[in-house]
Amino acid sequence: MGRLSVDLCGVPLDNPVIPASGTFGFGYEFADIYDINLLGTFSFKGTTREPRFGNPTPRIAECTAGMINAVGLQNPGVEKVLSEELPKLKKVFHKPVMANVSGFSAEDYAYTVEKLDAEAQIGWFEINVSCPNVHGGGMSFGTSPAAAAEVTAAVRKVTKKPVLVKLSPNVTDIVSIAKACENAGADGISLINTLLGMRIDLKTKRPVIRNVMGGFSGPAIFPVALRMVYQTAKAVSIPVVGMGGVSTAEDVLEMMLAGAAAVEVGAANLTDPFACKKIIEDLPAAMDRYGIENLKDIIGGVKTWEKT
Amino acid sequence: MKNSVFTIVENKKLASAVYEMRLAGDTEGITPGQFVNISVPGFFLRRPISVCDCENGALTLVYKTVGHGTEAMAALKPGEAVDLLTGLGNGYDLSFAGGAPLLVGGGVGVPPLYYLAKTLVQRGVKPAVILGFNTKDEIFYEGEFKALGCAVTVTTVDGSYGVKGFVTDAFPAHYSYVYACGPKPMLRAVYNKPGDGQYSFEERMGCGFGACMGCSCKTKTGYKRVCKEGPVFYKEEIVWED
Repeated sequence: MGRLSVDLCGVPLDNPVIPASGTFGFGYEFADIYDINLLGTFSFKGTTREPRFGNPTPRIAECTAGMINAVGLQNPGVEKVLSEELPKLKKVFHKPVMANVSGFSAEDYAYTVEKLDAEAQIGWFEINVSCPNVHGGGMSFGTSPAAAAEVTAAVRKVTKKPVLVKLSPNVTDIVSIAKACENAGADGISLINTLLGMRIDLKTKRPVIRNVMGGFSGPAIFPVALRMVYQTAKAVSIPVVGMGGVSTAEDVLEMMLAGAAAVEVGAANLTDPFACKKIIEDLPAAMDRYGIENLKDIIGGVKTWEKT
Repeated sequence: MKNSVFTIVENKKLASAVYEMRLAGDTEGITPGQFVNISVPGFFLRRPISVCDCENGALTLVYKTVGHGTEAMAALKPGEAVDLLTGLGNGYDLSFAGGAPLLVGGGVGVPPLYYLAKTLVQRGVKPAVILGFNTKDEIFYEGEFKALGCAVTVTTVDGSYGVKGFVTDAFPAHYSYVYACGPKPMLRAVYNKPGDGQYSFEERMGCGFGACMGCSCKTKTGYKRVCKEGPVFYKEEIVWED
């Protein structure tokens, strides 16, 4: 066990660095340029029951220290993920992988998870509850404790593998939603998904994004993400995976001090394809600089200010 | 895909809002029709720019200033280092060219055709070239294409130079194949001309190397990423939307 090793819901990770879903495909674009087996794991492209093209383009907009995407869960659907993507993934990645699953009804989620469950390489499920609930008036599952719990419970029934629920930050009370997922059988929480954002093109006076709004990510959202990871980790007794704007080894340390058992890296992969490799390589020196011997010892270790 | 640091050798204005940046770095393996994704200091996303020319460590990019990022690019000085992802996209397939290929470029769609023309000439094929612009002030590279020995026709929408009208108004009677790059309305007009061809598309990109699915498009052979399976698509697979 090295200085970087951690445990995520009973599955050991060589290090806590996990490329986030939607920024790493099924791994092979990155496997062309470095050995992705140096990662803790990665969360593969959000998979749905049916194939999806996603939203119309343009679906990318730049922001200060970040970007907006409205890709809309483009993926080939669970059947093709099983028959085409995972066999290719297996050739380049030899560790347990995290399966990110999306759906538009609780049955959708359960169907997709059940299909993927037989795949031995899948070590965890990460359930993205930021999608609109077609039976709930289009409101995202992740914005209501009851809807998030419903999805968690439906998925819990069809797999014995660890289930992490990935929460949306676009809510008034993240803690109540995290607790609802914990009570419904989640083994862990990951957060934050993207913040809802928008840009307008001053030349055309139209939104830059064809879908008007999209998910804001990148270094700009790191403080918001850190705050929500801190609040959630204090409130639940299951592991929390922190993400949102993480770009450096120092960001990883902050996330872990705030309570993250592991850390996902998203937008940084898109601007620097070597971002995760660099973060992992930078971690030992960053730990030395701040007097940290082993990463797992700092999880949730943020200190309190003494009373004055 | 390769990630390497290039040094700017020259960065000068060529025409109205159009700049030419010459860089030195690792150009090995870059093929005509591919693009680079350049990191501009102060901006989060890279800027995808087509390769205008490339030979033995010398890379030429011709780009238009369309916003703050490309304006910052235009302000970069010789000697400055820039981080590039190179070898992106599929590039043109030259095996279809035949004996008399026609290269059709509109505006900043012209640059990738230069490296294509140069490579075709090296293989003993002299393409005919049509370069379309809105007006005389925007014209660039007419002389460069002529210097390769290509027959060049320039069109301007306002008639201030060359043939008045669009690129399709200057089509020759006979050609073996079409290679096109330019704005969508131009590509669509070229598409309606006879003959097979390859068309290079533009889309707002996130990563530029196939990871984010930001630039996907629909084709007759399924969903494709403009940055990865494109930016060059065969005429027969193109689906026009909007």
